[in-house]
Amino acid sequence: MSAQMDKRRPYIRSMNSWWKRDPYFIRYMGMEATSVLVALYAAILLVGLLRLSQSEAAYNGWLDALKSGPSIALHAVILVVFLYHLWSWFKVMPKTMPMIFVDGKKLPAETITYTGVTVAVVVNVIVLIILV
Amino acid sequence: MADSTKTIEMEVLRYRPEQDKEPFYQTYSVPFTDDWSVLQGLQYIKDDLDSSLSFRWSCRMAICGSCGVMIDGVPKLGCRTFLRHYHPNKVRVGPLEHFPIERDLVVVVEDFIKKLESIKPYIIPKEPRKLEQGEYLQTPAQLEKFRQFSTCINCMLCYAACPQYGLDSKFTGPGILALLHRYNADSRDGGQEERMNLGHSEEGVWGCTAVAYCSEVCPKGVDPANAINQNKMGSAIDYFLRFVAPRGAGK
Amino acid sequence: MKRSNAPLVWSLFGAGGMLAALVGPALVFVTGIAVPAGILMSRDLLSYQRMTGFAHTWLGKIIILAVIVLFLWHAALRIFHMLHDFGFHAGAGAKLVCFGLPFLCTIAAAYRVLMI
Repeated sequence: MSAQMDKRRPYIRSMNSWWKRDPYFIRYMGMEATSVLVALYAAILLVGLLRLSQSEAAYNGWLDALKSGPSIALHAVILVVFLYHLWSWFKVMPKTMPMIFVDGKKLPAETITYTGVTVAVVVNVIVLIILV
Repeated sequence: MADSTKTIEMEVLRYRPEQDKEPFYQTYSVPFTDDWSVLQGLQYIKDDLDSSLSFRWSCRMAICGSCGVMIDGVPKLGCRTFLRHYHPNKVRVGPLEHFPIERDLVVVVEDFIKKLESIKPYIIPKEPRKLEQGEYLQTPAQLEKFRQFSTCINCMLCYAACPQYGLDSKFTGPGILALLHRYNADSRDGGQEERMNLGHSEEGVWGCTAVAYCSEVCPKGVDPANAINQNKMGSAIDYFLRFVAPRGAGK
Repeated sequence: MKRSNAPLVWSLFGAGGMLAALVGPALVFVTGIAVPAGILMSRDLLSYQRMTGFAHTWLGKIIILAVIVLFLWHAALRIFHMLHDFGFHAGAGAKLVCFGLPFLCTIAAAYRVLMI
């Protein structure tokens, strides 16, 4: 028996670039990567807060930087990423919830997703209306 | 419609530790008819072309969980995947990812078995029962809470799918955590606290990053991603409330 | 088994992700496109006077802090996981950067917003 055990030499495969192996993984990494632009936007706002607490001149400098073409283009990209986040957040949400039964039938994942996306879109629109 | 015989090229991973330094792919020409599964292709190779090929199989009907393989890079059951879908292209068959390769298509499953035992996969009664009390009674609603998670056939396709298990095999993994949830969610069971000792740890639910590819590949619709992630909220609440209002005697 | 401390950051990640979905697009549009370019909204919306006025109210302070802090912590956990997924197993070093930075930013933001 031990002679047979000695002949074993289990081969361990590398996990290098595992995420390139399947489109599903690439989509997953893309979804996670949206967080980088969420952080960037928060950092932009943080700088604005800093400037606001320093002086009117400092704050106006921040406002002027936002008016530049590159800044507006960047925010257009950030906007697209945030919209994708909105969609993907509620796409994943059903996985994080226990089963919900309505009239004896399990609530389908799609219902949870579409409800969530609808509520989020409505809230965003309300925010826009308040600010206009 | 005539069921004509065609030929497909099967590229199968070979690895014989006593003679091969590394795994390599060997190509076989396999004649088949439309009803042939990938498993039947492998059996033809072993019976007629190359008896040295090693692979696991048993029931041929997607219930024993033995024949899991990577087919063109996707974890699938060999008995439930058909050669006709790949023909006239080649089909590449390899051992399940994220497990060490023992030999050819056979992977080392000792880690999986050890973990399976470690989660106490049996009903732990809430209190000691006497025979006179009779059987447990359970409503259809109570059954629905865990029935889906009890259909796991331990085929380990979800482990081949899970990158977190691949990156760190200390992670308990999708199938076994789904089984952990299956027992915790069973109204007959009283062992939640014991099992959540594992569940509350990084090796438990917190090792999962919700990739959810496990649920995509599961041949039985167990949805292990849901089993794991629905426990994160409960684990987090327990984390914050444990000193204020501990559940049971746990600290 | 050692209990994980993941719930701490995970809760912030969840709150941040939800907030980002509910108000993120609107905020990005307003602060980054509409007001700077003068589309749909008056350029005065983000003026120094209006913003300091807003930041003087408790509701204003809470909203400013919530958006900045929760968005940062949401990103922190995801970036931490991404580092691990890309193969950087720096362990304590990764934790220091991924959670230390948002922590410092949280302190800085809280201090600044209370100053106004």
